[in-house]
Amino acid sequence: MSDATLFQDAAGVARRPRRWHIAVFLLPAVLVYTAVMILPLVETLRLSLFNTVDGQSTFVGLGNFKVLFGDARWAADFWNALKNNFIFFAIHMLVQNPIGVALAAMLSTPKLRFSAVYRTAIFLPTLLSFVIVGFIWKLILSPIWGVSPYLMDLVGLKSLFSPWLGKPDSALIAVSLISVWQYVGIPMMLIYAALLNIPDEVIEAAECDGVTGWSQFWKIKLPLVLPAIGIISILTFVGNFNAFDLVYTVQGALAGPDKSTDILGTLLYRTFFGFQLQLGDRSMGATIATVMFLIILAGVAFYLFVVQRRIRRYQF
Amino acid sequence: MLPRARISFSRMALVHLALVAYALVSLFPVFLTLINSVKSRNAIFRNPMQLPTAETFDLVGYATVLKQGDFASYFQNSMIVTVVAIALVLLFGAMAAFALSEYRFRGNSLMGLYLALGIMIPIRLGTVAILQGMVATGLVNTLTALILVYTAQGIPLAVFILSEFMRTVSDDLKNAGRIDGLSEYAIFFRLVLPLVRPAMATVAVFTMIPIWNDLWFPLILAPGEATKTVTLGAQMFIGQFVTNWNAVLAALSLAILPVLVLYLAFSRQLIRGITSGAVK
Amino acid sequence: MTRSTIRGLLLATSVLAMAGAAQAEDVTLTVESWRNDDLSIWQEKIIPAFEAKNPGIKVVFSPSAPTEYNAALNAKLDAGSAGDLITCRPFDASLELYNKGHLTSLNDLPGMENFSDVARSAWTTDDGATTFCVPMASVIHGFIYNKDIFDELGLAPPATEDEFFALLDKIKADGNYIPMAMGTKDLWEAATMGYQNIGPTYWKGEEGRKALIAGTQKLTDEGWVEPFRVLAKWKDYLGDGFEAQTYPDSQNLFSLGRAAIFPAGSWEIGLFNTQAQFNMGAFPPPVKTAGDTCYISDHNDIGIGLNAKSANADAAKTFLSFVASPEFADIYANSLPGFFSLNSTAVKMEDPLAQEFVSWREKCQPTIRSTYQILSRGTPNLENETWTESANVINGIDTPEEAAKKLQDGLDSWYKPAE
Repeated sequence: MSDATLFQDAAGVARRPRRWHIAVFLLPAVLVYTAVMILPLVETLRLSLFNTVDGQSTFVGLGNFKVLFGDARWAADFWNALKNNFIFFAIHMLVQNPIGVALAAMLSTPKLRFSAVYRTAIFLPTLLSFVIVGFIWKLILSPIWGVSPYLMDLVGLKSLFSPWLGKPDSALIAVSLISVWQYVGIPMMLIYAALLNIPDEVIEAAECDGVTGWSQFWKIKLPLVLPAIGIISILTFVGNFNAFDLVYTVQGALAGPDKSTDILGTLLYRTFFGFQLQLGDRSMGATIATVMFLIILAGVAFYLFVVQRRIRRYQF
Repeated sequence: MLPRARISFSRMALVHLALVAYALVSLFPVFLTLINSVKSRNAIFRNPMQLPTAETFDLVGYATVLKQGDFASYFQNSMIVTVVAIALVLLFGAMAAFALSEYRFRGNSLMGLYLALGIMIPIRLGTVAILQGMVATGLVNTLTALILVYTAQGIPLAVFILSEFMRTVSDDLKNAGRIDGLSEYAIFFRLVLPLVRPAMATVAVFTMIPIWNDLWFPLILAPGEATKTVTLGAQMFIGQFVTNWNAVLAALSLAILPVLVLYLAFSRQLIRGITSGAVK
Repeated sequence: MTRSTIRGLLLATSVLAMAGAAQAEDVTLTVESWRNDDLSIWQEKIIPAFEAKNPGIKVVFSPSAPTEYNAALNAKLDAGSAGDLITCRPFDASLELYNKGHLTSLNDLPGMENFSDVARSAWTTDDGATTFCVPMASVIHGFIYNKDIFDELGLAPPATEDEFFALLDKIKADGNYIPMAMGTKDLWEAATMGYQNIGPTYWKGEEGRKALIAGTQKLTDEGWVEPFRVLAKWKDYLGDGFEAQTYPDSQNLFSLGRAAIFPAGSWEIGLFNTQAQFNMGAFPPPVKTAGDTCYISDHNDIGIGLNAKSANADAAKTFLSFVASPEFADIYANSLPGFFSLNSTAVKMEDPLAQEFVSWREKCQPTIRSTYQILSRGTPNLENETWTESANVINGIDTPEEAAKKLQDGLDSWYKPAE
């Protein structure tokens, strides 16, 4: 493995004994990960450069990408999915993460009673499978079942009810909010752990200086948990651009109505594996996957090389 | 401590109010699933919000689920796969994260990026090649196949989160350990690991969710009766033309329990890690 | 790699594996299927009937959820881990499997002579030379209605389009029941139960379908646009919030007695028989004017084929011959009323509603769904597009003309009719 030589070089340059322990620490993870994940994925992405011509798998260079961006239909599907995906992401950033931070801040209130109960309750949706989440929310939002019309009637807002999941204007927002409901536990947990990690001395020092309450949160705690907020942002980004299951279970593989909830993940699934009478197209599927991969890679690289280096870290 | 007293009663009440309100939003759909799983089909539809009464109470869903498949064995399979995979992810992930966050060596950033690649492409795309590999090694229809896939799938996120947390572990502590003559392995296992326990618990919980709820790989790699997982078993009741609501709700309710238990197990670990004072 | 070596490896390498316990001399056949609804019928009726006659062969019915079936099956076939017997979707999807070498020719299978060319057409190559799946069943479209509601309101099943809408108006005016239980949320309901159900009446069944394939008709022609226009009128008779109504919602609305008419496929019969507490009847798609020829969609829906990589091909063929036998046809058609046997030997069906559906074969011209043969081989996929557009028409997102144009444009982008 080339990693090993890298370490030796590094050791040589630094004139230190070979640091075999680095290799030992890395080896198990790298081995399993490379064999079971990376190699199969490379095998798939490789397909994006091939297509079937006259029944033979032929190298077509960037031909598939030309089709994806050049052919009116493919391009329309792709841009539609990308646009929806950005909306999906924006809703998560604007709704899920602020709520998650707020919940974590409240949960970390000193001497809060029942904090474990709250935490478990709020985290519970995150534990549920998409099968349950999709199923139960379809029922709740169903105009037939009457749960949400009934609840809205209780607060006098029944006239505002509409079959959200069935309308092109509201379906994507509804699905995004279901996803927010399901995943708000993740930012909450990460921020909560980060907040608990702040030593008491720091807080006590702040309180001695008269910094308490909200201003303590904004001035002391928030900067200290900034790295964790960075993590949740990038996790949200990656998660949202890989999302598939929820749209699939709630709206089906065709991401109706009128493809208004189609995101990159559902477009990819339909193309790669096929759906109903549509046969799977491995080459075009791999092409979409490659583009998705590049988009996410760009985001993660931005985080790793720009954001992460600028965030100040504090060691306790 | 005087300043603490300033957190007034009314503020505490507001915090409770907000948390209770959000907890209700979280729990309501789950509650709805549970109460309707023990109601008759007519009652589910006529009045979904009503608690089961003597008249509408009906365990037919659970009866169907328990009759249709060997759910005890499905649970066992899900448990084995989830627990073993989490253990491997935590161990391998923490080791790699330590190497990346502790040592400066050439290719460190590159290795970090390499290990992060996995969170950028859904592993599902590698299905065909993975399946071919499993067929070649004879692992199809074994839990080992699932464990391998989930371990690989979980490692990137574990490394990502753990290395972030490991950077906050004090260098003085580690250097003190080195001066005391501890080996690098001892520093990792005895000094660092205990300190990042909250993060480990967090990673465990995050890793567990997609594993427990995954439908795809059990379907492809281990669809056999002997290796079926709970989620795959529950899927049986969502058909093409017939959806057996009672059975679906019952199966889904049953599937919530074990994952909740697992979560609580890790959650206690998380609290213990924090309260042991190791962090401070 | 043969199945036995896989099993050997499996035993040797896996500490957790529990499979492989079967006795060496017994052959176990695995059936891949999307019909998880039928699990109990296979386990309780079909498999025991077969195993009683064929000692030494065990059969395991291993269905996956219908939405994942194609994707999962294709992955398993490519990697060589699929079951011995493959349940076949009709037409192009299975033809592709045969062309890729995943399915084998069943031309000389004993029992194949029990099926007519029409029955085989869904699983035969374009040149008609090779059949690769044993036909199991077809399904017929029509409308199922709640007889009790009809009696209460003094209604009779309609024969013409005008009568149909007059009937819907009456139910609507009464106000107690939803006239028609259908939603557009799941898309396919609008396409399959709507467009493909009433469509053949307007495009004249096989005549229009074949003309479309030949390129002499277009989807923008009157015969193909008119069903969309009729469909657009359905909107007013569907339940509140039909845009978010799923297929199971529709089934429940009808079977709980809240809706009067259900645009149906015959496969509903089994479920409705067990769930509905009222009498039911059925009528075929109404014709335009009294005395017109009626057309029904009598669609070959399900077959079963042999995995080319099966290590137990002989045993599997024994099973396929059983599927081709009148005995199987009898068990299947009567356990699953609404799935009509394609076997030439007539099956005596007990179920009155199923009898009603099958009786239309006498007076109406049967056809298959227009999008299934040849026209769904390219991208964009005509069937999937039809789902989206049928829902769009009912939801009012697209006019019938716009929908038809979109479909034709999509088809034109890849389909060149043979000259």
